[in-house]
Amino acid sequence: MYKILAREDFSDVTFLLEVHYPMLAKAAKPGQFVIVMVHADGERIPLTIADFSVERGTITLVVQAVGKTTREMQQTCKVGTALYAVVGPMGMPSHVGERKKVACVGGGLGVAPVYPQARAFKQRGAYVIGIIGFRNKDLIFWEDKFASVCDELIICTDDGSAGIKGLVTDGIAKAIEVHPDIEEVIAIGPPVMMKFCADATRPHDIKTMVSLNPIMVDGTGMCGGCRVSVGGEMKFCCVDGPDFDGHQVDFDELMSRLARFKGEEREALERWTRNENCRLMGEEPHPSG
Amino acid sequence: MPAARQWYELMPVKRTDKTPMPQRDATDRAQDFDEVNEGYCFAHAMFEAERCLRCQDPVCMEGCPVRIPISEFVHAIAAGDLPRAASILRTANPLPAICGRVCPQESQCELKCHMAKRFGPVAVGHLERFVADWERSQPLGESPPPPWQSARIAVVGSGPAGLVCAGQLARQGYPVTVYEALHAPGGVLRYGIPEFRLPNAILDWEIDALKRLGVEFINNVIIGKTIALDDLFDRHGFSAVFIGTGAGLPKFLGIPGENLNGVYSANEFLTRINLMQAFQFPEADTPLKVGKRVAVIGSGNTAMDAVRSARRMGAEQALVVYRRSEAEMTARVEEYHHAIEEGVKFHWLTNPVEVIGDDDGWVTGLKSLRMELGEPDESGRARPVPIEGSEFVFPVDNVVLSIGTTPNPLLAKTTPGLATHSWGGLVVDEQKGETSRRRVYAGGDAVTGAATVILAAGAGKSAAEAIHQDLSAGL
Ligand SMILES: Cc1cc2nc3c(=O)[nH]c(=O)nc-3n(C[C@H](O)[C@H](O)[C@H](O)COP(=O)(O)OP(=O)(O)OC[C@H]3O[C@@H](n4cnc5c(N)ncnc54)[C@H](O)[C@@H]3O)c2cc1C
Ligand SMILES: Cc1cc2nc3c(=O)[nH]c(=O)nc-3n(C[C@H](O)[C@H](O)[C@H](O)COP(=O)(O)OP(=O)(O)OC[C@H]3O[C@@H](n4cnc5c(N)ncnc54)[C@H](O)[C@@H]3O)c2cc1C
Ligand code: SF4
Ligand code: FES
Repeated sequence: MYKILAREDFSDVTFLLEVHYPMLAKAAKPGQFVIVMVHADGERIPLTIADFSVERGTITLVVQAVGKTTREMQQTCKVGTALYAVVGPMGMPSHVGERKKVACVGGGLGVAPVYPQARAFKQRGAYVIGIIGFRNKDLIFWEDKFASVCDELIICTDDGSAGIKGLVTDGIAKAIEVHPDIEEVIAIGPPVMMKFCADATRPHDIKTMVSLNPIMVDGTGMCGGCRVSVGGEMKFCCVDGPDFDGHQVDFDELMSRLARFKGEEREALERWTRNENCRLMGEEPHPSG
Repeated sequence: MPAARQWYELMPVKRTDKTPMPQRDATDRAQDFDEVNEGYCFAHAMFEAERCLRCQDPVCMEGCPVRIPISEFVHAIAAGDLPRAASILRTANPLPAICGRVCPQESQCELKCHMAKRFGPVAVGHLERFVADWERSQPLGESPPPPWQSARIAVVGSGPAGLVCAGQLARQGYPVTVYEALHAPGGVLRYGIPEFRLPNAILDWEIDALKRLGVEFINNVIIGKTIALDDLFDRHGFSAVFIGTGAGLPKFLGIPGENLNGVYSANEFLTRINLMQAFQFPEADTPLKVGKRVAVIGSGNTAMDAVRSARRMGAEQALVVYRRSEAEMTARVEEYHHAIEEGVKFHWLTNPVEVIGDDDGWVTGLKSLRMELGEPDESGRARPVPIEGSEFVFPVDNVVLSIGTTPNPLLAKTTPGLATHSWGGLVVDEQKGETSRRRVYAGGDAVTGAATVILAAGAGKSAAEAIHQDLSAGL
């Protein structure tokens, strides 16, 4: 169960895992996510289903190594190994409506998750503008995948080493300038990025869907840890989302809540790195951890 | 460490008193998550069992939701026949080690007990636990035969309702598969009730016993998401389905500040600790941040578990804030007494109105109003009414909301034709526990709303009988 069939490293922080789980592959829809545990003492972390194949019986996850769990995955999730637990598909599928023209925006860890949505819109006959952002040229991945489902693809890099120099919001501004008739924007990425995307489209009154990433535990509506404020109402992101109307989301609250365990996360990562270094040096892990 | 006490020091002075449960010293135990109650030894159990009058009208049994023949099993203990006591118990209640620990005996069997009118009641709960713990210490018997029926049954959810239903059907020879959404089975027994009341080892033993009976457990599957309920019949070939999905959806108060950092639902707080073992952080990966001062809102078992866990996670001040009075508290009395012993402070007739935070979004206080009791409300309990101008602030770092839960709508929302009440509970036929869908049965908190372990277990048991009858009759 949950065996890793393929792995691809896009950069020193981003990697792809193709996980065997036929039942889940059959049930998955764009916009949904899974919760993964690496081992029995591990944390339950949510990851978007970036792609799925019913024929191969697999789901694809694209992970950014940002902290203890994701760094550990980067180390230990090799082809042939298996994850301890994978559960899903969770959340509501993205609503892929009848649209003539849409922009799909992905930045950071949002690049992979926005792909299935772009593909779904394309399949429904929409004109799809892809806007994806990276720090620099070396970090770019899935350009060809996006190119195959987008009618136009705008790549943004912070340093201008590829595509246009600037943030995805610059890409959005450019797209809106050329295509004032964009009906919907889908933006996925870090909360700040989504916040600025929503700000960028608000004056143009373009509906903007964002995919929120609060801290989760169970992912079934049981803990309420993932609660977010949307239009002044409390929503549980894992069951009511993760997609919400970006113009209604309280991003500042989301960002504040994401920092709930900052100290503990740092402690966990430092401890893990220390032990990892000892292991690499062939020493016993430090007793105090 | 206080000196270990001898068993006879714990014997009641008068024969009329209930034999006290040996328990760990309060200051010691508030440091860790090990079990508080140590259990009777043989002498305690014999002594206590002798107190039973073996009444002509054993009213204790009427107080028991699953009608355990209490006087019979207690008599078997008194006669020193523990195997018989164990078998009487287990026939009536498949989860005696768990129920002996968590049932609210004071409002069930022990409330009715004839001894209770003049003396202390017979300690039915402590005796139940004693027998079940003895049973667990015995070598396992021969392996039961593999399932012999052809009809396969799916159980959704592995709380007490699901576990009991699965066990009863397996004993009738059915191949049973239990699907659980989380990565470990047990429902509230795993993620909610802390180990200082119900050690995981006991739950694991019960689950292993079911596995020996041939029950298959599949974790990490959400019925309604991973597999549609209809697919259990159509694709997976099950002949009947039992739904025991519980009432896991936490309620919030709707007061300002509930989304501040440091506010948890009791479910999140306890799940991080019990299911994810946050008390072992950083050995276990999941963190839980608990400050020096924690306020828990509510007065049920969940509130007691949360506030006592907060103490164990390092809170120096742990308080319970409840808008009604002590008389309306719904927790088991034993837990209430244990909480007081462990230094928890109770603020009755105190209604929280706002969580206050600092500029960075962290909790700094809980603004509350003092209440007084007024006219009775719809439930017949005196309605608490605010005292004018009594507003004040508890300075706290964390607020844990323990104000109830409702059934999770996930399965009903994704299953056509599965009827629910307006409050979310599944509609079932009272006799059989069958839902609005043919061959789909339900029981436990998913049907009743948040209730008790024994009611869930009882519902699982009667649904298993109904399923067996319907399948045998070819209905
Ligand atoms: C619906 C959803 C989909 C997501 N999809 C992806 C994805 O496809 N690829 C990807 O790389 N990341 C995704 N994430 C984010 C990912 O879950 C976090 O990066 C991961 O949990 C970090 O864990 P860590 O131990 O490595 O880092 P930590 O050091 O523990 O945390 C780093 C940051 O991640 C966030 N985080 C921590 N724990 C959790 C948790 N249990 N749940 C959610 N966020 C947490 C916090 O903001 C934290 O500051 C998604 C999150 C959500 C909610
Ligand atoms: C903290 C706490 C303390 C308590 N203390 C006591 C006590 O001392 N005494 C007492 O008698 N009662 C107590 N209770 C109440 C008691 O635990 C519950 O009434 C009882 O557990 C209900 O059992 P159940 O089988 O109906 O559901 P649950 O125990 O809630 O189990 C339901 C299970 O179903 C799973 N599930 C849900 N949906 C799906 C799905 N779609 N697919 C697959 N799986 C699913 C859930 O993950 C869960 O594991 C307490 C409750 C809590 C929360
Ligand atoms: S009512 Fe009390 S004394 Fe009488 S049989 Fe029951 S437990 Fe024994
Ligand atoms: S993650 Fe627990 S309710 Fe959403």
